[in-house]
Amino acid sequence: MKTIKIILATFILSMGAISCSKDDGSAIIEENPMAQFNMVSQMEANGHTIELYTEGEGFTTGYNEIYIRIKDNDRETYFADPEITWTPMMHMQTMMHSGPKSLLSTTENNTVLKGYLVFQMAGKAEEYWELTLNYKVDGTDYTASKTIDVNHPTDGKQKVTTFTGSDNVKYVLAMVSPQKPKEGLNNMAAVLYKMESMKEFSLVENYTVTLDPRMTSMGNHGSPNNKDLTYDATSQMYQGQLSLSMTGYWKLNLKVLNDSGELLKGEDVTEDNEASSLYFELEF
Amino acid sequence: MKVKESVQRVCHTLLALYTHRLCKRIVMGCVAFPSFISAQELVLPQDSIIMINLDEVIMISAQKAFNFHKQAKPLSSLDEFLESSKKVAMVKRGGYAWEPTLNNMFSERLSVTIDGMRIFGACTDKMDPITSYVDASNLSKAHIASGQQGAKHGNTIGGAIDLELDKSNFRNTGFRGGVESGFEGNNQQSIIGGELNYSGAKFYADTDIIYRKAENYKAGGDKEVLFSQFTKYNISANIGYKLADDNAITASFIFDEARDVGYPALPMDVSSAQAIIGSLRYEQDSLWGRLHHWNSKLYMNTITHVMDDTNRPDVAIHMDMPGWSDTYGFFSEARLNGNINKLMFKVDGYYNRSLAEMTMYPQDPNEKPMFMLTWPDVRTANGGIYVEDELSLKGSSLKIATRIALQNQNVADEFGLNSLRIFYPEMEASKTRFLKSISGQWHKMWMPWHLNAGVSYGDRAPSVTEGYGFYIFNSFDNHDYVGDPGLKNEKSMEVNAKLSYEKPKFNISAEANFFHIPDYIIGVVDPSLSTMTLGADGVKLYRNLEYARLFNTALESEYSLLPELKWTGFISYHLGGDSEGENLPFISPLSYRSALQYDKNTFSVAVKMSGATKQVNYNPEYGEDQTLAYTVFSISLGKTFYMNNDSVMAKFGVENIFDKEYSTYTDWKNIPRMGRNIFLTLTYSIK
Repeated sequence: MKTIKIILATFILSMGAISCSKDDGSAIIEENPMAQFNMVSQMEANGHTIELYTEGEGFTTGYNEIYIRIKDNDRETYFADPEITWTPMMHMQTMMHSGPKSLLSTTENNTVLKGYLVFQMAGKAEEYWELTLNYKVDGTDYTASKTIDVNHPTDGKQKVTTFTGSDNVKYVLAMVSPQKPKEGLNNMAAVLYKMESMKEFSLVENYTVTLDPRMTSMGNHGSPNNKDLTYDATSQMYQGQLSLSMTGYWKLNLKVLNDSGELLKGEDVTEDNEASSLYFELEF
Repeated sequence: MKVKESVQRVCHTLLALYTHRLCKRIVMGCVAFPSFISAQELVLPQDSIIMINLDEVIMISAQKAFNFHKQAKPLSSLDEFLESSKKVAMVKRGGYAWEPTLNNMFSERLSVTIDGMRIFGACTDKMDPITSYVDASNLSKAHIASGQQGAKHGNTIGGAIDLELDKSNFRNTGFRGGVESGFEGNNQQSIIGGELNYSGAKFYADTDIIYRKAENYKAGGDKEVLFSQFTKYNISANIGYKLADDNAITASFIFDEARDVGYPALPMDVSSAQAIIGSLRYEQDSLWGRLHHWNSKLYMNTITHVMDDTNRPDVAIHMDMPGWSDTYGFFSEARLNGNINKLMFKVDGYYNRSLAEMTMYPQDPNEKPMFMLTWPDVRTANGGIYVEDELSLKGSSLKIATRIALQNQNVADEFGLNSLRIFYPEMEASKTRFLKSISGQWHKMWMPWHLNAGVSYGDRAPSVTEGYGFYIFNSFDNHDYVGDPGLKNEKSMEVNAKLSYEKPKFNISAEANFFHIPDYIIGVVDPSLSTMTLGADGVKLYRNLEYARLFNTALESEYSLLPELKWTGFISYHLGGDSEGENLPFISPLSYRSALQYDKNTFSVAVKMSGATKQVNYNPEYGEDQTLAYTVFSISLGKTFYMNNDSVMAKFGVENIFDKEYSTYTDWKNIPRMGRNIFLTLTYSIK
């Protein structure tokens, strides 16, 4: 019986290996590389369908990792190595502003591009986010744009914060991970952008984000072995360590210090001051 | 001549032990014992329970009718029986489930077993020492062994307590039954129990049931101690069947449940603590060759402990803290008697699973409950071999015993492992330890003088709490405790000696032991850590101290003034310190007891006094404060009435006659002990 099971398992595994392999360079892929993701928006333009995927249910305030592919509607195939740039724009009643964004780069599958956007706020009926894509396929430039729905995370927890530092600069700080917090030590990452103008955000390097998680429902106790977030040039993110000693609601109190160690925003948590004005939240 | 010299020397050494506080000298003094080994005739008293070991045996309920007079309070709880031992002190957190300590050491340094079975409590806050899962009504004896002399059933530092179940054991007694009931005035405890036994040459079956229910007790001065109530019932059965003349199979089963148990010294109570304990034993008179008394046992037990604070008023955050402990084990032992050697071999093993959770409910109902594992499903597998040899030397006897064991502990729960990795990121889930014990105990007799002396070495693995506990709150020192899986084994080097003078009408003995304990495990404050428990003062991590030292000494005497009237007296003194010269917690001050017992035919009277002086050596770092001196008195009267074959035994008594308000050094957070208590027990036995 056991032998049969092993043979069966080996067989299934090898089947998996075969079906996963693909011919490089070919635009036509039988297996759907996006099977594990959710298509959260589709743009129809220029005879193409532009598909946007995320891991979650849709676009939410904060950091969103997004996958994009462009389908040729006639040929029913996806373009390989498209060149895409993107611009999110918040249309408010009196003004418009953009949000932090990354470059888009190809993934293992050359029809899929990956990048992230940070939405500082959710959309409403009169105030909405619009995403514009400029892309080049088969040597031709195209443009497409569409209104997208951006909601607060379903747990309602704060994952992004916009603040004016003591240097009078506006910053956007967004939590990248942990997306699924677990008991124990979690790798924590965040991105920090400086708002150069309403439409221009630039990556901030070499600052420090201090971390002090607290359990507000239980005497505001902390946890040991947290590591402040420091800039990592490879991922272009701030990386640190978050320690969660039990499940429940945690308030992650933060402070942002610039490259010369000057405090830009946030306060220490003390007996008299139970939280920093700069914080993220999570609950698990 | 030599005898005289040796005795003088011993007296001298013991005197030195009393006078010198510092232990180095004690070690030296005790090591200077070799001169004892001199040729003299050895006469071991046949029915003596002292024998070569310095064991103490407390008779609990063996042959009740016979023993009745000797027990001051026949239906008292096992805890009270143990407390009557000279070596055991009970740590009290309330009216129920006291924790036994031996040589001023707690459960983690002791091996506590029931008929040789390993059982581990399921409560992270030590609310359920395993002695709480049996009842005096189904036990016959408690064997108390000090230090490495208790290594038979497991590795230990402080000693062992083995509780022996009461069995008919193929005695030809036929059907016997009994009904017993008792009442205690102070906490309105009512006790009712019954037993029905059949025993013949080929088959026996014993059954026993007991129920105890108590309300809050009152301390001296009529002060009610809130949350000290408890209810408990215990059902047990033992069956034996002789397969042939020389072999038998026996089984025992215990179901024990305590409900609504209050712990006034702790912030939480227990709604239910339940144990199911079962075993199957096979005995055979001879094995092969010269091996005999082959005895093998398979056992299992499962404990479910539900701790919560539902009944407490003004709780900032409601908590549930259930715990589970399941143990499966076996042992097999055989004896071999030679001319000089009396050998015993034992192999044993057990597998334990300890899991405890904590769920806290935030006041905001929209928030998710907070959850953590306080014991991360630790699986302990332990296998060991024990060999002892009693050598009859010329004129003396020597017992050498050794145990070696291999123990593996594995954290089976990923969640719990991740919790601990917050503190120990490199920690592996599994850890194996090698444990060992060796002891030599020597007994020499020059009538009427006896001398016992011993030297031993042993070690132990950290307990589940010490190795893997996660934010376990200790209300005594008001700190959260976190374990350390990388702790070193705690070692113990021990010397002991006892000198006694024994005559039928008078005996007196002086004894002392000294423990040098390298890598002593204790919680040490880490000021960088943030407390988890509301109101806690800090967090302690279990650490190995360089060493700790403990010294215990006692003087005991018994004198028969008349054949019916006996006086006993006991006085003991203890010291404990760490490598920094600081006092260890829970070290007894000078304590004393004295009793007068009168027994004639069917009538008995006992008057007892016990007390302690003011505690001088205590340590506020461990949450201790000074315990004041006290003396309490009690009296009991007993009478047996016969009706045909049946008998009714009545016992009446008053404890703490003068209603003294006091607490002892073992009382958790100084909760006061019971004030004046009047009790009455009636036992009706049918033959």
